[in-house]
Amino acid sequence: MPATPALLDLDQAPNGAELLVEDILGERSFRRRLMELGLLPGTPISKAQVAPTGDPIELRVRGARLSIRRAEARLIQVRSATAQAAR
Amino acid sequence: MSAPLPLVAILGNPNTGKTSLFNALSGNLGRVGNYPGVTVDRREALLRGGGARLLDVPGCYSLASRSAEEQIAVSSLLGLQGEERPSLVLIVADATQLPRTLYLAVQVRELGLPALIVLNMADELDGPPPDPAVIAAALDAPVVLVSARTGAGLDQLRTKLRAELARGARAPLALPWPASVQAAVAAVAPAVPAAWTRSEAERQGLAMWALLSIDENDELEGIPQELRTAVRAARAAPASGDLERDVIVTRYDRLDAVAAALGQAQTRRLWTERIDAVLLHPIAGSLVFLVVMGVVFQALFSGADPFVGLLEQAMGAVAAGLEGALPPSLLTDLLIEGLLGGVGNVLVFVPQIALLFLFIGVLEGSGYLARVALLMDRVMRSVGLHGRAFVPMLSGFACAVPAVMATRTMERKRDRLLTMMVVPLMTCSARLPVYTLIIGALFPPTEEAGWPVQGTLMVGMYAFSVLMALVSAAVLGRTVLRGPSVPFLIELPPYRWPQPRGVLRMVRLRAQTFVKDAGSVILVLSVLMWALLRFPERPLPEPTATPTENTAAEATLDAPLDGAGAQATQAASRAADLEYSAAGRLGKWIEPAIAPLGFDWRMGIGLIGAFAAREVFVSTMGLVYGIGEDVDEESLALRDRIRAERRPDGQPVYTPLAGMSLLVFFALAAQCMSTLAVVKRETGGYRWPAFLFTYMTALAWICSFIVYQGGRALGFAG
Repeated sequence: MPATPALLDLDQAPNGAELLVEDILGERSFRRRLMELGLLPGTPISKAQVAPTGDPIELRVRGARLSIRRAEARLIQVRSATAQAAR
Repeated sequence: MSAPLPLVAILGNPNTGKTSLFNALSGNLGRVGNYPGVTVDRREALLRGGGARLLDVPGCYSLASRSAEEQIAVSSLLGLQGEERPSLVLIVADATQLPRTLYLAVQVRELGLPALIVLNMADELDGPPPDPAVIAAALDAPVVLVSARTGAGLDQLRTKLRAELARGARAPLALPWPASVQAAVAAVAPAVPAAWTRSEAERQGLAMWALLSIDENDELEGIPQELRTAVRAARAAPASGDLERDVIVTRYDRLDAVAAALGQAQTRRLWTERIDAVLLHPIAGSLVFLVVMGVVFQALFSGADPFVGLLEQAMGAVAAGLEGALPPSLLTDLLIEGLLGGVGNVLVFVPQIALLFLFIGVLEGSGYLARVALLMDRVMRSVGLHGRAFVPMLSGFACAVPAVMATRTMERKRDRLLTMMVVPLMTCSARLPVYTLIIGALFPPTEEAGWPVQGTLMVGMYAFSVLMALVSAAVLGRTVLRGPSVPFLIELPPYRWPQPRGVLRMVRLRAQTFVKDAGSVILVLSVLMWALLRFPERPLPEPTATPTENTAAEATLDAPLDGAGAQATQAASRAADLEYSAAGRLGKWIEPAIAPLGFDWRMGIGLIGAFAAREVFVSTMGLVYGIGEDVDEESLALRDRIRAERRPDGQPVYTPLAGMSLLVFFALAAQCMSTLAVVKRETGGYRWPAFLFTYMTALAWICSFIVYQGGRALGFAG
């Protein structure tokens, strides 16, 4: 049985890779806010470097570009979408 | 008497062109006020062509909320805070960002509120437009495709709006909620206050709103304890599961079905990507940032000068006209020096406010302001400030008054307050004349010292102000303004051409509210300052009185005099008047408090006069020393007089050390009634301006004390 792609914090995921949201950790209001913007389990997202310093980062979801600090990106758990498809 | 026109609320995500639509649908600026309890604009205007009034609800992504600001959306839709309840909700969505921007529409329809969905930004679509019928069927509400920018579809929108108003209620949208959600809603619904709701759907909808909004550290207002308790109990129930996920997923299921039926929207985002590749590039982006901010800074610093000059000329002409037309009397003085001067004190800020909001309008409308916040977040965050605090802080170098107003670009009250509390520490342009006078009079020019002492001091004062502002932000943010940390989450909108009409409206609105609200406070304070410097009037000397220096000068007044002699005599007489006035007495009265800083009572009078505006220090000192008030910071006579001033023991009053102490005092003290007035206006009360005044004055006293007494201890002449 092929292994499920490993769970990553968005913070560690490679830039530009196709990812799927697994879960969002952290405070309730934070989770709610991100989910309401459409980051739900199974939603495809990707990450890009945007600030010259690498923090905040940019995440792309459902056609929107959101800027978020690294510390909070750590709370977004993702899996690689390409590996998922290959399973 | 006719019934009031029905109210139509315009609701939408930020960056969907909601305010553009409001502007396009209404003929004029309309009435602007504040929402109860929060400093957020409440704009209302008539629908062009009549038949309804429009309400611009602040932009939001959801009705669920954790702060009083976010709460505005739900309370203005349902009229919870005793406000008028809208008859129809216009939900603005971005046609290029479907279905995400329709999330609000689902929430509104769950509540059973009559709604009209507006798909804006139709001009930015590349492919075929989304089929309105698909969305209309899924959400049971009429849908119109428009472009607020080009005006396309607006006629159809107005027609549908009137038709929908005539039609009345629609059944609430029923979504297939999981059993866990249904159970939690059923448990909380009885605790929803009866006064909040008009239907069962609203009761259930508000129960769900409460379940998602209320938590241990929310900043919501007017939530009954009973409801909080019910929410806590329902959320703690083991069966309730992950309520956030279950509710939001159910809503998105409906939206994703819409998206599947619509197909992928084609949009032009390529340009935005290309521009960002430059503007967010580590080197090119930083350069552009420096240039843009440099232009803003320069324009604020000197761009308003010609307008201020014109304004001063006009005020001078009016004053001269009044002086000619009215007999000399106390009333005339009050009218010209007190009231007219006060009006001048208010109007002088308008050009800078207009300029700053012109820039903010362009930066925000183009999408660059979001990038500024992003680029500066790292630096600003280190002292607890929001990335968006950068533009207000930068504007603080020109003037704190517009800068305090610019804090409105931040959503959160705590971020706004923290920025407002430290912006007045930045070296504003009104401090420069004071610095120039003190540095020029008490420190040697480069030729004498062999190195640029004066220039170094001036640069040092700028650096000192930035440092103190950042340190104060770090301290205040951890103490007085400590609050739960809220994630930094901003949308990067596509670049767009700013709309001149919308920008100009905002400029007008800001200038108008400043003059109306802060202006009245500044006017009252101006008259008060005038009275303080003028009363009580010095009695005319009696012929038998012992002649003193000043009365001797007074006695010669009646004699025919000409030229410089008359001027000097008059100036000496005015110095005596000032010393006799309440401000003069106050200066003497505070002397014991300021003596440890190296200041005497004459400087005390200068400090009191400077409360009207810092630069007034210079002319007040001119008056105090009998040189006349028409001096400026370059005046050699005033500099010489300051240098020559001696204490009773023969030591100079103004040593370089006393000068340093005075510089530090001016850098830190809240010597500006207009700043306090505008903080009062922006915070809606006297609490924060009182705090600002107290903490800045205390900081100034302590730092000046350290400089002066520390310097003396090190052996510098005091």
